Amino acid sequence: MAIALVLVLVVVGSVLFHFLSPWWWTPIASNWDYIDNTIIITFWITGVVFAAVVLFMAYCVFRFRHREGNQAAYEPENKRLEWWLTIVTAIGVTAMLVPGLFVWNQFVSVPSDATEVEVVGQQWQWSFRLPGKDGKLGTSDTRNVSPENPLGVDPSDANGQDDVVVEAADLHLPVGKPVKMLLRSIDVLHDFYVPEFRAKMDMIPGSVTYFWFTPTKTGTFQVLCAELCGQGHPLMNGVVMVDTPEDYLAWLGEQQTFAQLSAPQQVGSAE
Amino acid sequence: MVDVTPADGVPPAEVAEMELYHPHSWWTKYVFSQDAKVIAIQYSATATAIGMVALVLSWMMRLQLGFPGTFDFITPEAYYQFITMHGMIMVIYLLTALFLGGFGNYLIPLMVGARDMVFPYVNMLSYWIYLLAVLVLVSSFFAPGGPTGAGWTLYPPQAIMTGTPGGQDWGIILMLVSLILFIIGFTMGGLNYVVTVLQARTRGMTLMRLPLTVWGIFTATVMALLAFPALFVACVMMLFDRALGTSFFMPAIVEMGEQLQHGGGSPILFQHLFWFFGHPEVYIVALPAFGIVSDLISTHARKNIFGYRMMVWAIVGIGALSFVVWAHHMYVSGMHPYFGFFFATTTLIIAVPTAIKVYNWVLTLWRGDIHLTVPMLFALAFIVTFVNGGLTGLFLGNVVVDVPLSDTMFVVAHFHMVMGVAPILVILGAIYHWYPKVTGRMLNEAMGQFHFWVTFLGAYLIFFPMHYIGLMGVPRRYNELTATTVMTESAHDLNAFISIMAFLVGFAQIVFLFNLIWSIRHGREAGGNPWRATTLEWQTSETPPAHGNFGKELPIVYRWAYDYSVPGAKEDFIPQNMPGSFGSSREPA
Amino acid sequence: MSVILVFLLVIVGFVGWWLSHQRLMAKPWLEQGLIGDIIGPEGSALPTAKIGLGVFLAVVGCLFALFTSAYFMRMALSDWQALPLPRVLWFNTGVLVLSSIALQCASVAARRGEIDAVRLGLVTAGLTALAFLVGQLVAWRELTADGYLLTANPANSFFYLITGMHGLHILGGLVGLGRTTAGAWNGARPERLRLSVELCAMYWHFLLFVWLAIFALLAGWAATFIEICRQLLT
Ligand code: HEM
Ligand SMILES: [Cu+2]
Ligand SMILES: [Cu+2]
Repeated sequence: MAIALVLVLVVVGSVLFHFLSPWWWTPIASNWDYIDNTIIITFWITGVVFAAVVLFMAYCVFRFRHREGNQAAYEPENKRLEWWLTIVTAIGVTAMLVPGLFVWNQFVSVPSDATEVEVVGQQWQWSFRLPGKDGKLGTSDTRNVSPENPLGVDPSDANGQDDVVVEAADLHLPVGKPVKMLLRSIDVLHDFYVPEFRAKMDMIPGSVTYFWFTPTKTGTFQVLCAELCGQGHPLMNGVVMVDTPEDYLAWLGEQQTFAQLSAPQQVGSAE
Repeated sequence: MVDVTPADGVPPAEVAEMELYHPHSWWTKYVFSQDAKVIAIQYSATATAIGMVALVLSWMMRLQLGFPGTFDFITPEAYYQFITMHGMIMVIYLLTALFLGGFGNYLIPLMVGARDMVFPYVNMLSYWIYLLAVLVLVSSFFAPGGPTGAGWTLYPPQAIMTGTPGGQDWGIILMLVSLILFIIGFTMGGLNYVVTVLQARTRGMTLMRLPLTVWGIFTATVMALLAFPALFVACVMMLFDRALGTSFFMPAIVEMGEQLQHGGGSPILFQHLFWFFGHPEVYIVALPAFGIVSDLISTHARKNIFGYRMMVWAIVGIGALSFVVWAHHMYVSGMHPYFGFFFATTTLIIAVPTAIKVYNWVLTLWRGDIHLTVPMLFALAFIVTFVNGGLTGLFLGNVVVDVPLSDTMFVVAHFHMVMGVAPILVILGAIYHWYPKVTGRMLNEAMGQFHFWVTFLGAYLIFFPMHYIGLMGVPRRYNELTATTVMTESAHDLNAFISIMAFLVGFAQIVFLFNLIWSIRHGREAGGNPWRATTLEWQTSETPPAHGNFGKELPIVYRWAYDYSVPGAKEDFIPQNMPGSFGSSREPA
Repeated sequence: MSVILVFLLVIVGFVGWWLSHQRLMAKPWLEQGLIGDIIGPEGSALPTAKIGLGVFLAVVGCLFALFTSAYFMRMALSDWQALPLPRVLWFNTGVLVLSSIALQCASVAARRGEIDAVRLGLVTAGLTALAFLVGQLVAWRELTADGYLLTANPANSFFYLITGMHGLHILGGLVGLGRTTAGAWNGARPERLRLSVELCAMYWHFLLFVWLAIFALLAGWAATFIEICRQLLT
């Protein structure tokens, strides 16, 4: 008997918790509100199913609990009912899957005007590289990594010379411009994750992965690593600042290019 | 109406009497025993013991998460070792071993009407190799550098690098060796479970008369036999990479400013192999739970399981489908994005047969005669947590929804609900259900009620709120959340609450263990069939069943396992080995 | 992962075929009181040990299919350099074929009850299998002598790994074969001996088949073959 009551309380409590508790996702700062919408659809469908199943159970337990002289019904199966339930379930599942696949298609189709930004993960810090004036990132290889060339940019590639290298510092992005994040790692798996942007992707040593998004709000956001990368994993934080276009250009002007960084002696002697 | 053969003229079971192994000494009777029932208890005891270690480790993690900075001995290194050992022990050495090695060994021969497993010697070896695997695993706690801290997924490259505890010490090697041993041991046991169901069923036990418990364990074992080789291959290759310096999984790497010797390997290859095993593994744990819970519900609601055929088809269908969904664990792993379309679709398709199983459980309750015994309570709680965890699975299976949620606490909450709490609830309910058969005595009811309420409500209160921490964007496998800005002050309080609940739940398990031991002596006498159940294990002439399970003659099976409350029958249950036809109209109008 | 999926498809086909003979559409609640063995005896007529071995071989097949899958996936990466196969592998293949034939003869002889022929077959099979293993070791030595070391290239690593795995399985088989041979001399019951010999033969044929597949894989023919198939399909 108590169990029937508790089952009802579980449903009521869960629903109240869902709507009243202060714990909810962070305000979104990218174009991926589609993802949020898909989650909301999913919450509704699954929430209704959860409540329906558990409340039905509670009712059964209450109504058909054992009392002296009761006898259970004898019903091996009911084809029609089972078919109906199957069809309704299939419809519910489709209602979640279709919007999901639709948004996934957007997620993997990078717009052609997206600027490329490279993120390089290593135990346990983030570095970044932006294409220089030529708009192209030079090729890179983990084998080229050295203290002077922390990101492993290919020194013989002309495209790479003017790349802006931001080693273990904050990344700035202009608001409203789509960016394609190219993700690379020089040691283990990492995962570039900014909760406010909703997007994330693993970084795999030896290959380049990507995702894209458009920042829609200026502000400072924390980068988290979302793939276990050793002891320093929880402290592998970074900062992304989404700037107005003017602020962004100002920041960009202060950064050093690969050529400047890899020729420190000459720069030093010239001054 | 099908006409009915009178039972009298039936010859006794013609199943070839197997040459039973006869123990000659105390050692061969209780230690190196080849009797499946003894092996089952050995498996269960070992799994429970190592499971307690995993439980204590979860307390340690909860201490750190709930009260960060208070407990100095839980260093980051230790936290990662705890998390890894906790996860691996729970999934492999506890759940898999207990469901298949424990319940499989005990129930399969009894339920199909066999005297023992078909290869008793191999069965015995299976247990001893399992024990060896557990000992190797435990030894890593004492090895230099401690156990591995690579996470239970053991992803390379980090699993075998210095930045991970045990990566360049003994930890990872012992873990891999232990897993390899486990797989070898399991394969020996698994052959027995499968072939016993195929070959040693007693007369009349057609497949469609098997209790769903046997269907669940049988299908899970077949899956395990085909899935564990993938883990085996992954482990062997990783062992080569770590110990011999090959580059199966290891790309070019700069570690702490130094170039490593490896080059060209593919970490993703490991992930494919791992999850090719890992996803079926979820169902290897779930299918036996599905089967057992069906029988618990049917027995204690005194009603046949609703839609038996659909249940069987669903078990087989889920088993087959679960081999083509593995990459839904890799949506954000950087594999080709187009795989996402395929795997999201297959994943959500599996939801349909799974949902059908849930419907059939609750429809079995409908118009039943529900006895709210402790096993029944656990079965009901299973449905709640399984539905909850299954539904959050629809979030994570739907590729784009998984993008923000993957690798957050939402995932941790999801899989604990669906493959942690739910199967454990079934195991607990099943122990209350079958303990009388194993020992001849009932478990104490008062302690059972206490155990149930604390475990169910406590576990729900641990894992339901945890989803919302994940929704906020808090990643999993963080031992320190103080530097994470999405983690609000109130969320820290919530974490402390969760930790307190974790301790409560753990405490209830200790009461349960006490009950298990106490009731062997002091429990109420159970008799042969305390739940008035139909399946063959309750019809043995002795309780606990003697060596050889059944008396001189094997039982003959005349009906399916679910003849409860048959209209017109005297009792509200008819054992499977009872001949004759009862009732007039058996086809519902 | 396509190789393992194809392998599983075969298994699924087999299981499906078997299940389709098990009256899964029957309504069991309508068959009360019947013994229900309308389809004959419950188990299969085959000896249980053979079924057990069959299931085990499916697991072994799965293992090698997975190694093959891993092989193809790793092969697609840029640092792969195929290694020349030592000549001696041809000789080894021949020896292993002989071994299988010897066991086949032994099992035919066991059926006829010719104990001497059985003994001869068993010993020949054992010796040739040992020769195969020695031959494999020779192949390893040749490769290392020529500088194709384990860690130098993934192709080498796979070569040692897969041939090693196969060798271990042969070694395990030799234990069973040894026990059977001992039984053939110590006067095991004829039916028992016959079963043991047949089990050995089954295992040997399977490992021969696996070896042929591995050989094709390591020699690169498998990759070529798949490439041709792919081109035919597109
Ligand atoms: C009261 C019981 C339990 C508690 C309090 C508990 C607690 C935890 C905690 C705190 C974590 C680490 C989460 C993180 O920081 O990412 C964890 C991880 C995990 N737990 Fe449990 N757990 C419990 C039972 C179980 C059970 C029954 C299973 C069996 C499936 C299980 C399987 C796992 C797995 C697979 C992981 C992931 C390990 C990893 O990330 O490598 N847990 N658990
Ligand atoms: Cu990281
Ligand atoms: Cu990390």
